[in-house]
Amino acid sequence: MKATLQRFAERAEAEGLLDIAYANVDSPFGPLLLAATPRGLVRVNLPNYDPEEALEELAAKVSPRVLEAPAKFERARRELDLYFEGKLTEFDLPIDWQLTHGFRGKVQRAIKRIPYGQTRTYTEMARSAGNERAVRAAGTACGSNPIPIVVPCHRVLRSGGGLGGYGGGLPMKEELLKLEGVL
Amino acid sequence: MPPFQTLLDEYAPDVLGVLRGAVGRTDAEDCFQETFLAALRAYPRLDNDENLRGWLLTIAHRKAIDHHRTNGREAMPMADPPEIPVEDPELTDDGIWTAVRALPPKQRAAVALRYGSDLPHAEIAAALGCSPEAARRSLHEGIKRLRKELA
Repeated sequence: MKATLQRFAERAEAEGLLDIAYANVDSPFGPLLLAATPRGLVRVNLPNYDPEEALEELAAKVSPRVLEAPAKFERARRELDLYFEGKLTEFDLPIDWQLTHGFRGKVQRAIKRIPYGQTRTYTEMARSAGNERAVRAAGTACGSNPIPIVVPCHRVLRSGGGLGGYGGGLPMKEELLKLEGVL
Repeated sequence: MPPFQTLLDEYAPDVLGVLRGAVGRTDAEDCFQETFLAALRAYPRLDNDENLRGWLLTIAHRKAIDHHRTNGREAMPMADPPEIPVEDPELTDDGIWTAVRALPPKQRAAVALRYGSDLPHAEIAAALGCSPEAARRSLHEGIKRLRKELA
């Protein structure tokens, strides 16, 4: 049955019917769910959020043509492994930004440009996105980042030096910042 | 609509079972792929998700009929085929399904849907596009014939 299903995912892709491919990937924090459209990575689901719910949201927001296709994520898996080992500082994966819009989208694209091992404040992110006063909205944009880790919202901190929040839980944010040598 | 993968997770074994009964083990794989590709293509436009299993089995049934039609045409012999005894080791434990495959199409489908995938009469009727009474009759005729064949 496994070979049959894999063949099915391949045929679906060949016929342009694989709107969302997904795979479960191990990480030091627990299983991650990665989802991609033909354009690129669209969602990274952290271990503390129900992966089935994440898939249902994708089915509702993007397309119900959702199939498990681990073979499509070999490169992403390799890059994530290296990142967690501290051997990769920049992800080279195509990204599909369709789950973010407007000001949030601008903030999230700006987050993608924060270099490894550096941090920014929510105020700085608001400024990069073109509205210095929208600090709270910048915080919301970080919190609603659909592609955490690869879009490194863990590098955004509070102005006073506080850690701020993290969708995957504060301990995970702390570990990621330690991994990158910030803490 | 639930993510399409859940349909595969939940119903792929049923669909494959029905198709094995309808077209045989060797061709079931192809019909399976055709069934789920057709379903995936139509899925975003589906009105409701109340009976996804029945919907899939209906498509599977149509693909099985297509398969028999195509095969019927292709099987027109141009000359007498050589008589070679054929033994497919995969099919030896399949005696009853071999007999099922020899049934007329409606009876074959009814038997496969009832015993291959455990479908109630109402769903068999929906899959065959006939009344529950007619489905019951096809099933009954099919079983009667099988009893005679296998006696």
